[in-house]
Amino acid sequence: MEGPKIYGELFGLPITQTLVNTWIIMAMILVVCAILTKNMQKRPGKAQVIAETIVTVMDGLVGQTMGKDKMKFAPWMLALIMFLAFANTSGIYGLRSPTADLNCTVGLALMTFFMTQFYGLKSKGLGGFLKGFLEPMPFLLPINIIGEFANPVSLSFRLFGNMLGGGIIMALLYSALAGLYFFPVLIPVPFHFYFDIFSGLLQSFIFTMLSMVFISGAMD
Amino acid sequence: MEGLDFIKACSAIGAGIAMIAGVGPGIGQGFAAGKGAEAVGRQPEAQSDIVRTMLLGAAVAETTGIYGLIVALILLFANPFY
Amino acid sequence: MIGDANIVDFLLQFLGQFDGIDVIRAFSAIGAGTAMIAGVGPGIGQGFAAGKGAEAVGIRPGAQSDVIRTMLLGAAVAETTGIYGLIVALILLFANPFM
Repeated sequence: MEGPKIYGELFGLPITQTLVNTWIIMAMILVVCAILTKNMQKRPGKAQVIAETIVTVMDGLVGQTMGKDKMKFAPWMLALIMFLAFANTSGIYGLRSPTADLNCTVGLALMTFFMTQFYGLKSKGLGGFLKGFLEPMPFLLPINIIGEFANPVSLSFRLFGNMLGGGIIMALLYSALAGLYFFPVLIPVPFHFYFDIFSGLLQSFIFTMLSMVFISGAMD
Repeated sequence: MEGLDFIKACSAIGAGIAMIAGVGPGIGQGFAAGKGAEAVGRQPEAQSDIVRTMLLGAAVAETTGIYGLIVALILLFANPFY
Repeated sequence: MIGDANIVDFLLQFLGQFDGIDVIRAFSAIGAGTAMIAGVGPGIGQGFAAGKGAEAVGIRPGAQSDVIRTMLLGAAVAETTGIYGLIVALILLFANPFM
């Protein structure tokens, strides 16, 4: 699997395959949401039940992990996990994962990093925030600072490495299957199930859970 | 032998040595799976909670193995030295 | 001692046929790979934390969210040395100070 193809340029910025695939995934999510929330009534039809279940489960998860007073983060967390779920499993519907590009994962991890710092500053005040680096012992200050920066690095590289590794293994598998004498119909199926579906959904869950833990940890 | 061949040869060695990082998650996730099985044996009703915690921790433990894989893949496919 | 029956002389003669910059590049590649052996530690440690976390959730399923939060915070701290190794490897590959 080579790097993302570049399709052209717009105002000096390259239009890469990652960018185009992200637009396609955004369009898919918008279509799914439009179908699920069309014609909402007090006695829900089947599509509305699915939408309500998703929102309720996510609200429960945010309430459990971050605390009941931080429910304002639930819409962002749901948007994050929906985008990641569609983006990581792109191997199934033939697109190169946008999260197999370090630019995309670093962007998402920086969102979490800036949210952590901003809400930590806002809820603890400048003095409390700076004192937080001196806990539990003052000589741990450089380790705490590096630990703060280690969080977005590990978030982004974990997601990038898992998706790129899965993509390369699938590409190697397909090129190895190209030299067979019979038509290899069912052989890639368990690999797609493990690398695309299981690993993709697990990594999106991990990214969202870690973001929730970091943001709520910085706020108290 | 050319200089470029020597770089390629040593990149191959480096890529292999980088995958020694796979030892750690193997040991750690195995320990987690064992403890998870023991916990489910003790309280089978909590199985979904236990499995969710175990998978969460195992996926985090996977990270350094993935770092080693990234360095090995960079040395194999995106080598900056030639 | 006969000729180049000495292994160190043989190695130096072998390496002497290349440009210095190629030898630096080659050994940087080996160094980047060796730096990733630092990944063994967090792998074992975070797996141990995951196991103990699963056991704790089995003993008291009501404390699941607290257990998960503590486990993930501890695992993130344990990650740091693995990231140190990754940083050294990436520096050797992409921002090499010797080339």
